[in-house]
Amino acid sequence: MSEFQTNSRVIKWIEYRLPIFSYVNEHLVVYPAPKNLNYAYNFGSLAGVMLVVQIVTGIVLAMHYTPHVDYAFDSVEHIMRDVNYGWLMRYMHANGASMFFIVVYIHIFRGLYYGSYKSPREVLWFLGIIILLLMMATAFMGYVLPWGQMSFWGATVITNLFSAIPLIGDSVVTWLWGGFSVDNPTLNRFFSLHYLLPFVLIGVVFLHLWALHHRKSNNPLGIDIKGPQDTIPFHPYYTVKDALGLAVFGVFFALFLFFMPNALGEPDNYIKADPLVTPAHIVPEWYFLPFYAILRSIPDKLGGVIAMFAAIFVLFVLPWLDTSRVRSATFRPIYKQMFWLFVIVCLVLGWCGAKPAEGIYIIVSRVATFLYFAFFGLLPFIGWFERPRPLPESINAAVLKSGGGGAMPEGAAAKAEERG
Amino acid sequence: MADTTHGGQTRRDFLYIAAGGMGAVGVGAMAWPFVSQMNPSQDVLALSSTEVDLSTIDVGQSVKVFWRGKPVFIRHRTAAEIAEAEGVPMGDLPDPQADSDRVQRAEWLILVGVCTHLGCIPIGEQGDYGGWFCPCHGSHYDISGRIRRGPAPLNLEVPEYVFLDDNRVRIG
Repeated sequence: MSEFQTNSRVIKWIEYRLPIFSYVNEHLVVYPAPKNLNYAYNFGSLAGVMLVVQIVTGIVLAMHYTPHVDYAFDSVEHIMRDVNYGWLMRYMHANGASMFFIVVYIHIFRGLYYGSYKSPREVLWFLGIIILLLMMATAFMGYVLPWGQMSFWGATVITNLFSAIPLIGDSVVTWLWGGFSVDNPTLNRFFSLHYLLPFVLIGVVFLHLWALHHRKSNNPLGIDIKGPQDTIPFHPYYTVKDALGLAVFGVFFALFLFFMPNALGEPDNYIKADPLVTPAHIVPEWYFLPFYAILRSIPDKLGGVIAMFAAIFVLFVLPWLDTSRVRSATFRPIYKQMFWLFVIVCLVLGWCGAKPAEGIYIIVSRVATFLYFAFFGLLPFIGWFERPRPLPESINAAVLKSGGGGAMPEGAAAKAEERG
Repeated sequence: MADTTHGGQTRRDFLYIAAGGMGAVGVGAMAWPFVSQMNPSQDVLALSSTEVDLSTIDVGQSVKVFWRGKPVFIRHRTAAEIAEAEGVPMGDLPDPQADSDRVQRAEWLILVGVCTHLGCIPIGEQGDYGGWFCPCHGSHYDISGRIRRGPAPLNLEVPEYVFLDDNRVRIG
């Protein structure tokens, strides 16, 4: 790793007191990344970008929004109609939340596929789950703020989940509400926390990156970095790769933002909240649908709530459930099929969550819920009898063998090694 | 400090535990206001009763009144409905409760109109049992507001109320 060098006396003066330039150099410039990272590895940086987009647009929206039951709905319409570019800010924020979840879910599935949760990256994985939980809490509270019908009834149903707790459930719900129903105190505290949590997220993201840079990225082969020949410096190789990914993703985001900004929302949320009328068909935002389907598939209130939370918390024990010593699914013939089946199960659950809880949908969601947990239940056994394919000798050897010489000229590779 | 040792424990150990204990009490005492402030405030608690004039509700009719931010269903039941509610065998009920335990005067059924599953508002005169039906997750309630089928675990709650006279009731 090359030491940070500069001729600037100003930078030297600052560097002596706060080594920020060498820190940036170490982590964003010369940082040695595996040379075989594919485009699945773009989604971490995209998630970081989306967090920034959400914070910037959110701060702007807070300048025009009024967190009061009598004014909240109207202030959102005021943003949409009267505030200069208010429509853009709000649509960016509302669709941005969906985009954030899209990239984070792909990022998580990437980690599942390449075994990024395995030793020595368990803490990195835990921090990722904590980020997901914080995102869910933030997104849920944010959805309440426009005070439409879905805001109100979503808040009512989700906070009522806590009433399933034996003995203290009702007191907990009253405490969450600050009253006897979702009302102004609830809206106020949700606004406060919705503003706070993204900054907590930034903190956890830093820990996530710290853990990542301490043990370095996993890679599609799932084998360790054995030396400088296996890595290339982050800049320019991955800065440019991330930039290209961001440009493509930006087109995707813009497609929703400018051409179908309400496609991912519910029309009922353009009706002002009415505590006396529940909409006939209430559904959460799409990114909660698989969990909602799990909740509804269990015919018992407490059981459903436990299953729903277990669906996320099971990820915390994943590093120990998976007994295989091979990380990447590329070399695990059985796990690879299980992984894709699991992806399909998650999509089916999402589809079930959007449908009414009746007839065939109940049966399908029960089967899918069973398969969801079966995936985790089977993992320990798969690790025992699965026969993995032989692992390559090193990242470098695999890259050169797969015709990497074409994609990466010898000269460039050699140069990268000198720098690394 | 070694001169104050008693059975392997030093005065420093005692001070350590005492200081730590006091610190924990202090943190706990300071934490409570931050927890308690989220409970209903005094003005919210003050709004917790409401009076209803019953003289305008005909037999067979039901009204919704607003109480503690939630709807309360008041149904003026017909004789047939009362007979139906009283005739249900206890064995058919997931949350067994006699109709007579749920009303003060049989013709007036007063219920908190909040589904005991996840808090939606059930729709009146729907469902398979002639009572209420919750559109969110499909719970059916009968003409006594008792859960008959669906994910809700309990009967619709009966609020505290008193009849002030034949035509007025105070809820809460």
